Amino acid sequence: MKKLPDGRWVDEAPWSDDADLSAPERSDMDAPNWVLVWRKFKRHKLGLISGIFLLLSYLMLPVAGFIAPYTPNQRSADYLYAPPQSINLWHEGSFVGPYVYPTTATADLQNFRWTYQTDTSRPMPLQFFCEGNQYNLFGFIPSDTHLFCAPDGATVFLWGSDRLGRDVFSRILYGAQLSLTVGLIGITVSFALGIFFGSIAGYFGGKTDWFINRMIEILRSLPELPLWLALSAAVPSNWGPVSVFFIISIILGILDWPGLARAVRSKFLSLREEEYVRAAEMMGAKPGRVIRRHLLPNFMSHLIASATLSIPAMILGETALSFLGLGLRAPAVSWGVMLNDAQNLASIEIYPWTAIPMLPIIFVVLAFNFLGDGLRASLDPYKG
Amino acid sequence: MMFLRYAVYRFITMLLTLWVVSILVFVIINLPPGDYLSNQIAELRATGQAEGVAKAEFLRTEYALDRPIWEQYLIWVGMAPGPQGWYGLIQGNFGWSFEFDRPVSEIVGDALWLTVLVNLAAVLFVYLVALPLGVLAAAKSETWVDYTAAFVGYLGLATPNFLLALMLFYYGNKYFNLPIGGLMAPEFEGEPLSLEKVNSILIHLIVPTFVIGTSGAAAMMQRLRANMLDELSKPYVETAKAKGLGPSKLLAKYPLRMAFNPFVADIGNLLPAMVSGSVLVSVVLGLQTIGPSLLTALKSQDQFLAGFVLMFVALLTLIGTMVSDMLLVLLDPRIRYGARGS
Repeated sequence: MKKLPDGRWVDEAPWSDDADLSAPERSDMDAPNWVLVWRKFKRHKLGLISGIFLLLSYLMLPVAGFIAPYTPNQRSADYLYAPPQSINLWHEGSFVGPYVYPTTATADLQNFRWTYQTDTSRPMPLQFFCEGNQYNLFGFIPSDTHLFCAPDGATVFLWGSDRLGRDVFSRILYGAQLSLTVGLIGITVSFALGIFFGSIAGYFGGKTDWFINRMIEILRSLPELPLWLALSAAVPSNWGPVSVFFIISIILGILDWPGLARAVRSKFLSLREEEYVRAAEMMGAKPGRVIRRHLLPNFMSHLIASATLSIPAMILGETALSFLGLGLRAPAVSWGVMLNDAQNLASIEIYPWTAIPMLPIIFVVLAFNFLGDGLRASLDPYKG
Repeated sequence: MMFLRYAVYRFITMLLTLWVVSILVFVIINLPPGDYLSNQIAELRATGQAEGVAKAEFLRTEYALDRPIWEQYLIWVGMAPGPQGWYGLIQGNFGWSFEFDRPVSEIVGDALWLTVLVNLAAVLFVYLVALPLGVLAAAKSETWVDYTAAFVGYLGLATPNFLLALMLFYYGNKYFNLPIGGLMAPEFEGEPLSLEKVNSILIHLIVPTFVIGTSGAAAMMQRLRANMLDELSKPYVETAKAKGLGPSKLLAKYPLRMAFNPFVADIGNLLPAMVSGSVLVSVVLGLQTIGPSLLTALKSQDQFLAGFVLMFVALLTLIGTMVSDMLLVLLDPRIRYGARGS
């Protein structure tokens, strides 16, 4: 581009007769759909930040044991209900690196609680890549190296310790492993059921549609939580934590599919009249193939967006069930199980840090909401 | 006349749904292996208390627990004669609670209408909060009013109900001197209705209503805002503006009416979630609704009590949904009566 003295702009490139005048001006006019979606999604700042946050949280899960200074059920009997400690860098004007102050507990026999004195004269630097209790990296590689741990004779309870002297911070990291995956398993179940029932209802119509519709209406009109309660009360109490966990997430999924099935059905009702569907049918495609190859890909992305929006309900559901003592039980660590400890007013008043697990819950739920909103807004790259 | 026919149709659908629900509920409460009495019998046998066993065995035949499961169901609902003749849910017999050794109706008693009260208050709260805030957020869209409303709404959706309840109780008591726990001051329990009792109940209702209603109100507000924005961008609003209609009349006269329908319809969708929420919140806050008895009944396999509470909660939701459907038809003549066309 060159500016002429009279203010016009002129392209300096020589004119070529071969140039295709009908070629699109922007080179990405025929960019694949996902590029357009991504480009639009990037402008949705809140959605983008939430997406990154969630990605990091999920990537953290397999290495939670490495990041956490303690293992989830490791007890420090001398430090019950210890308040959160801060990690400092500077001590009396000189740089010491990350360190903590040692604390000592004394029993306050007047109020029957522990009080903690911080000894601010002795900064104790943290140890890095140190040996601690054994855990399984990625679930199967035994390891005992932690990213950081407390120096000998001191503790590092970033977010305090609980009733049994277990580190809240470490437990939140371990709890994320169950609390965050519960939503994924649940949504998979609900997704499969929702697409199956929704698509056969929408595609075949008639009696099938009527029947499935009634089923959806009945399930939707029932209050979810009492049903969750009843179903999880039916889980035998002698089952191990892992099977209870799977059953709980499947229960959450089983009661969640009607909403999705409804969306799928209404889409199918309009799409099955399209010409390409008739063409596929005339060429002899079986209903299963028409549904899977021709109809579903049309709005898979929308389904994923709406699934993103229903994961939070499952995470909150697991929390509520565990909180009431009907979900995951004690040796297992999840955010709901942890909050079970903060169930009474006394602990909120005296030991407010036992309620910290509510923060990750709120953040994760908000992030899923924003991500879903962002996805939904950017899935139609040609609109707006 | 047409409306009456629709109402009858809707009522019959509700009854049918309720019937299916009763089957579901019965299956669910019978899912755990064994039942309260056989557990008790096994325990008594193990400790060698013979007379206790005899009583439990008697109760077992008395409540038909020794029969096949489908027969138990029919007797429970009242569609088949049991040991005491035709005497089930339909005939007004709510069953026997083994855990408390009293009839279920005696245990739930007051809790029934308190449950209804709590849920009514929550629905009212949703309307009272969501309507003005939603309209305001739409009218002042993309200003700080809108953003604040959205932020509060999102936070309301994301905070677990039970935690919100605990926090509000704590801070409400600390700063506003609101009472903690329960639905009335203890001295009014079992007393006849009086002005002081009503007063006490109202004060105790503040926190639970707020907690149960928040997430519903947040969802409702967002929906109303979106609907209002859709309506506000239509040409007729421009025409009205051009003709010199004032801002408040401009909002209230047409767009609000149009955006109002989904508002009524939505309560039907929100109600199940709110009733669920009220059960959970009641357990946490110790409200005298049927929530806590459901939890204890489920934990101890007290099947008739659990079954009745589940049925009652479902009935409450179904009636609410039905009422909202009927209101919708009354409000919007465009909605067709009877079966939906394609």
